[in-house]
Parts: sequence; structure tokens; C-alpha cells
Amino acid sequence: MTDPEILKYTRETGDFSRLINSVPYAKFIGLECDQFGDDLIFRLPAKDQNLGNPVLPAIHGGVIGGFMELSAAIYLMLAQETVRMPRIVNFSLDYLRAGLDRETYAECKLTRQGNRVANVMITAWQKSRSKPISTARAHFLLED
Amino acid sequence: MDNQIRADRVTRFIDTLNQAKELGLTVTETTECSLTLCLPYNEKIIGNPDTGVIHGGAITTLMDTTSGSLMLCALEVFELCPTLDLRVDYMRPAEPHKPVYARAEVYRMTRNIIFTRCEAYQEGGETVANCVGTFMRIGPQALPKAYREKITGGPV
Repeated sequence: MTDPEILKYTRETGDFSRLINSVPYAKFIGLECDQFGDDLIFRLPAKDQNLGNPVLPAIHGGVIGGFMELSAAIYLMLAQETVRMPRIVNFSLDYLRAGLDRETYAECKLTRQGNRVANVMITAWQKSRSKPISTARAHFLLED
Repeated sequence: MDNQIRADRVTRFIDTLNQAKELGLTVTETTECSLTLCLPYNEKIIGNPDTGVIHGGAITTLMDTTSGSLMLCALEVFELCPTLDLRVDYMRPAEPHKPVYARAEVYRMTRNIIFTRCEAYQEGGETVANCVGTFMRIGPQALPKAYREKITGGPV
């Protein structure tokens, strides 16, 4: 992630593939990102290996958490001029509905950015944006 | 129920969770009120390629699985309890090339809600993350009998 060139490329082209390919965990869960103007929508396509509850079946809650956490970190990295992956301090996650075995989306919002800490809100949904499956709040440390 | 039965139940349960299998989670220890699972180091789950530190998401999955599977140790009858919420505090990055363990315990159980705490640590006892969670009790009937029998290893 120290490669400023990748970040510059991502900012200029809106193509997230190189950035995502540089983070093994992003590929592990299959995270993708699309840019619409200034907005970023993160996507997690359905993937058998991400399932938890086999009865429903549903995506493992931990994967939903990891997806939202990584989305927030990438969002923050792009929102700032930093080339480092922001360090996460904590993460608070509410599960609202079961994440079914289909594509999941996430959107982030910078609630507050101080000098040292940023607070990011993350919402994840599937079929309908008005029916989120999970909301989360994360604090990141910005300084080294 | 003894600790061997508890460990067998948890092993059978996490074997049905694709993501837990994908991460290679295994049972380290069980007691009547606690459960410890192990997450082996794997380059596929690195979050920071510069340092080789695994991503917090893998630790969240480890702690969610440990806290959620704890019900198999704490309850005589197998109930799957969906996670209501998790709060994870990261203490320090997990040291690369070493497994991470998570030990969860129930600290309060009511008819509807189970309250858990969980600590993720590495060899030597350094805490990597702490997590508190709440889980909803939806009752054993919420699961098909065949699945419950598969996990408990006998008729339910």
C-alpha cells in the first residue's frame, strides 16, 4: 500500500482493481469498488466461501464486518491524501437482517475528521438500499 | 456434557461454516462457560501487504465465530443464536506468521439475549483485540432437526 503510484492511478482512473489486488484480504472475500462521480460503492459479490449459516444460507457475519471495515479504510484512504492504510482503532457493528447469499453493497460516510482520528459510518445492504443488513461505525487513527 | 463433547459439537458446527473452514479455524479449548478457537496465519488474509499483518476482518470473523459457537458449550440444547451486535477494540496488530487465538465467555444469559466477551491474543498472551457481543436466542426450533442432529451428533 506504500505504492503511491497505485493510489494515484486509482484516483485518476476510478479503476480500483490494482488497489484491491494489492490487498490480499480484499481478494480473499472478493471485495470490489465502483466510483460514481465522487461517490464510492463497495460491492461484495455472492461467494460460497463467504457463507456462515448453511441453513439459510447466509453470509458469515464476520465477513460482512470485514467487508465494511475494509470499505471504510479504502474510502478514508481515498478521501485523504495519505498512501498508508489507516489504522483501525475500533469497530462497532449492528446486524439488522440476515445477509443472504447474494451481492452485498456498502457505502461510507465520513462523520467527523479530527487531526488524529476519523469517525466513519458504514451502511451495508442487499436488494434494497432502504433495508440495510448492517450498519457500523469505525474509528481510524490518521497519524503515524 | 463434558469438554470432549463440547469440542466435538463446536468442531462439527464450524465445519458447516464455509468461511470458518476457509480461514482454517480449529478448536483449542472448551469449558462449560468458555471457548477458545485458533486462527492460523495465512498470507491470503493479509490486510497490510507492507507489514504482512492480517486484516481486522479475519479477526472479526474469528471473534464472531468464537462468541457465536460458545452457545454450543453454554447451552445443553443446541440453539443457533444470530449476532445482534459486535464491538471490537483493536489493541495492537497481530504479529505476522503466528496464529491468533480467541477466547470467548458468556457473562450474562437471559431468555432472549446472550451477552459475550471475547479476547483475541497471540502466544505470550499479548492481547490483539477485545470484543463484546450480544446474540439473540431464537430457540432450537428455528433450525431443522437434521441439522441439529448433525451438530449434536445424535437425536435431539
